[in-house]
Amino acid sequence: MTDIHLKMIFGRLTWESFPIHEPILFGTFVVVVLLGLAIVGAVTWYRLWGYFWHEWFTSVDHKRIGIMYVILGIVMLLRGFADALMMRAQQAIAFGANEGYLPAHHYDQIFTAHGTIMIFFVAIPLVVGIINYVMPLQIGARDVAFPFLNNLSFWLTAAGAALTMISLFVGEFARTGWLSYAPLAGLAYSPDTGVDYYLWSLQIAGVGTTLSAINMVATIIKMRAPGMTMMKLPVFCWTALCSNVLAIAIFPALTAAFFLLMLDRYVGTNFFTNDLGGAPMMYWNMVWIWGHPEVYVLVLPAFGIYSEITSTFSGKRLFGYSSMVYATVVITILSYLVWLHHFFTMGAGPAVNSFFGIATMVISIPTGAKIFNWLFTMYRGDIRFELPMMWVVAFMLTFVVGGMTGVLLAIPPADFVLHNSLFLVAHFHNVIIGGVVFGLFAAIVYWFPKAFGFKLDPFWGKVAFWGWVVGYWVAWTPIYVVGLMGTARRVRHFDDPSLQPYFVIAAIGGLIILVGILGFVMSIVMGFVKRAELRDTTGDPWNGRTLEWSTTSPPPAYNFAFLPVVHDLDAWYDMKSRGYQRPADGFRPIHMPKNTGTGVILSALAFTLGFGMVWYIWWLALLSFVALLAVSIGHTFNLNRDTFIPADEVASTEDRRQPQLGMGA
Amino acid sequence: MKRAYGLPVLLPLAVLPFLLGGCNMVVMNPTGDIALQQRNLILFSVGVMLLIIVPVMVLTVVFAWRYRRGNPNKVYDPDFDHSTTLELVIWSCPLLVIIALSAVTWTSTHLLDPFRPLERLAPGVPVPPDAKPLNVQVVALDWKWLFIYPDLGVATVNELALPVNVPVRFSITSTDQFNTFYAPTLAGMIYAMPTMRSELNAVLNKSGDSWGYSGNYSGRGYSDMRFKLRGVEEAEFNNWVTQVKAGGGSLALSDLVELIKPSERVPAMHFASVEEGLFDRAVNRCIEPGKPCMIDVMRRDMATGAGHTHPHAVPTMPPGHAAEPLIGGKPKPALQKAPEEKGSGPNVTKPAQSDPPGGLEPGSVHNRDHQ
Repeated sequence: MTDIHLKMIFGRLTWESFPIHEPILFGTFVVVVLLGLAIVGAVTWYRLWGYFWHEWFTSVDHKRIGIMYVILGIVMLLRGFADALMMRAQQAIAFGANEGYLPAHHYDQIFTAHGTIMIFFVAIPLVVGIINYVMPLQIGARDVAFPFLNNLSFWLTAAGAALTMISLFVGEFARTGWLSYAPLAGLAYSPDTGVDYYLWSLQIAGVGTTLSAINMVATIIKMRAPGMTMMKLPVFCWTALCSNVLAIAIFPALTAAFFLLMLDRYVGTNFFTNDLGGAPMMYWNMVWIWGHPEVYVLVLPAFGIYSEITSTFSGKRLFGYSSMVYATVVITILSYLVWLHHFFTMGAGPAVNSFFGIATMVISIPTGAKIFNWLFTMYRGDIRFELPMMWVVAFMLTFVVGGMTGVLLAIPPADFVLHNSLFLVAHFHNVIIGGVVFGLFAAIVYWFPKAFGFKLDPFWGKVAFWGWVVGYWVAWTPIYVVGLMGTARRVRHFDDPSLQPYFVIAAIGGLIILVGILGFVMSIVMGFVKRAELRDTTGDPWNGRTLEWSTTSPPPAYNFAFLPVVHDLDAWYDMKSRGYQRPADGFRPIHMPKNTGTGVILSALAFTLGFGMVWYIWWLALLSFVALLAVSIGHTFNLNRDTFIPADEVASTEDRRQPQLGMGA
Repeated sequence: MKRAYGLPVLLPLAVLPFLLGGCNMVVMNPTGDIALQQRNLILFSVGVMLLIIVPVMVLTVVFAWRYRRGNPNKVYDPDFDHSTTLELVIWSCPLLVIIALSAVTWTSTHLLDPFRPLERLAPGVPVPPDAKPLNVQVVALDWKWLFIYPDLGVATVNELALPVNVPVRFSITSTDQFNTFYAPTLAGMIYAMPTMRSELNAVLNKSGDSWGYSGNYSGRGYSDMRFKLRGVEEAEFNNWVTQVKAGGGSLALSDLVELIKPSERVPAMHFASVEEGLFDRAVNRCIEPGKPCMIDVMRRDMATGAGHTHPHAVPTMPPGHAAEPLIGGKPKPALQKAPEEKGSGPNVTKPAQSDPPGGLEPGSVHNRDHQ
């Protein structure tokens, strides 16, 4: 077979594309393959394929999909964090004559992969997963508006994540930074597979995120329980609504920017090239029109989580509910008007810079109001310092500092000295770790007993908490300092030895965060081991206030045998205080969506389409694309998509549940 | 246990003074007047914001401690969820801070606009009316900085000498990548972008050496893309210029074509003479031999109806398709590649094709990591 035939079959995939010449990576590769085979073998041995396929992969149950999203996020967190530790190690040793252990070729991929993974495949799946799990329960619904779409969204996100992960062993990832700025990401400067992996992963995952956002908005608008007016909607659902409205509006901008860059790379257009009228700056604008609101897509649900937890553990109604809602909506609108602050230093002129600077600062007004609202929710409360509440307090103390440095960066002349320095990097880790990540951990600890029926192990949960909080401060305070010492971001090697102690401290901080991550994993493991004593027998382990606590832990597939009727903002608290009695008879059949494997198949095809395009394997790409269309169209003829749970089955499930439920039993 | 919630914050704050004793925070301790004003702005804004941040942090700890379940002497009011007075305070406190900061932002953004000619050399020292700013043209190359002094007819690479207390006007561009011209002691950073000319007006007030960097990642040689910023007294600066002129070496267009090729860790270079108009060629992307300048193409296109057939049309210039890029071949888009042109996608840890940075031959195509 000649070379040309090989190229036609395998595109640019050659032996060189695999890490056969690199012992460490090859070792990792072998271990991963063996582990994968072991898992596949174990699943086969215990005959679990059917269980996973029917109960999980093809499930359209929002609770299962939410859990799968969270698992995906945690797995990717481990990968992204491994990248972080490698960067910290490199920066701690690469001074003067010591080049460190990572060549530029490798280091540049690591910081790109770290940012891309942490935002797209950790933060987004975790946020979407928690919204998916909690929101329908909170609004008293039985599923989301488009259950199949939900399954498809998850698998598309997973396909994108898989494509990113495979670049570790087959080919390489982008070396262009987490937003792959043009012109560096253009074909002239990045001809290898990295940027293509980046573009196809994020396009596929982006479709999933957009569809999921549409789904969530439709669910909140259309499927609230009777009596739940918009101003009786739990705050978390309000933030989820605003976050997903934002996502619907911004993801198309990112998709368009990536699509144009793809055209540049595949077809030879000149949208973002330096020559022939290309405008790389347009790419920067488009990705930041997505990028800045994206911060709020992530942080608004976290704000909602803090609100729920503060109210529950202070044993009080949330202070200033309406002002919280208005603050959320104001942030949503303002977040569209600030993207230019990511490049004040491009010289847009003082009037434009001032406008965007002031618009950015204005966002801190509703955000500040929110902080005060949490404060006054605690005021005159009866605060139980269980783990979720500890995360809230840590968040408040950490986040205000990040907010302050954020306002500082919003002042254009101050930004001129701080932009693109490590001060900026410290700022956004301050708000993303202190704001989003702490909130996600709080949410996982808080809602875990609802999802699995037992609490996480509190000792290891505290290890996770202190590891993250102390680790954050030890890791990022020195980075603020080196930023003020004039150190730019993404630098691989330094000459100035006076910087080294700070990077060493930062690396130690990274290790403390590692303790936090291991503690979190252990809290799940030990929680499972000790599940008998950590069991939630009431469905309401924290004395909660919203509807998700009115059903069992874990809830039945249909969530609620009868849709609850809502009279007050804290619906479940209201029901409890009025001595709510759970109905014990009169059950009716429940209409539920049916599982389907189409989401898995479509996503697998999207994956092979992406892989074919990355490697220039045109036949594979074409075949996948045609199959993708055919399966999509074919699915529209599938009319066997719903089912009724018979009344006697509901009755027997409810009978089994009844002794579990503290109230009304 | 509960008292310890403040610990994560207080611990680093307590250690901070010891840490900072040993370091030189150039951003907080600049030698140029613009950077000084930026520093003062940072200190002022932080001060204003601390007026609200500190009470919030203190209140968080106080409320968390005071209203804990274990405290028997607290007031518990489960239905306290609204207070118009408090809401007013809650919204107006951040509002007042932001109004103050917005006013400062508006004025300072205009006063410290990099395009604005300097009005003072130092606090209380206005620019003398007859002072002419020193022009410096900055071109970011892969991966080094070229400084052209058009008024003096000399040029340097990776070394920027400036006379103190003389206003300097930088014109900044780049040949390929987006970089930022980042001189933290002088005036912060400005993007250096291909086809664009940015400007920066600044002044150094103290003599002494410091470093300038690129602040925007631009490829593999980015980490070491730094230049020495030398602030010297005016007399010494004139000496320096004389030395450079005596040192020989010239930078003509053909030399620039060589210099432009990617290279890393380039030591400082001096050129006694510079061909005129190199900076404009860099901005207009016509350094490559035979490539028409963008400004000429656009002017001609304007005159001929933007390429449309026109009753009085004159032949347009070649739009630049014909000119080959300097390095490698013109990239062929993926879908136009014949099978044998697809090449090979290497792995993450492909062994370096040549020595690590420093040993690379300037201009080698391998410097850019593609074949």
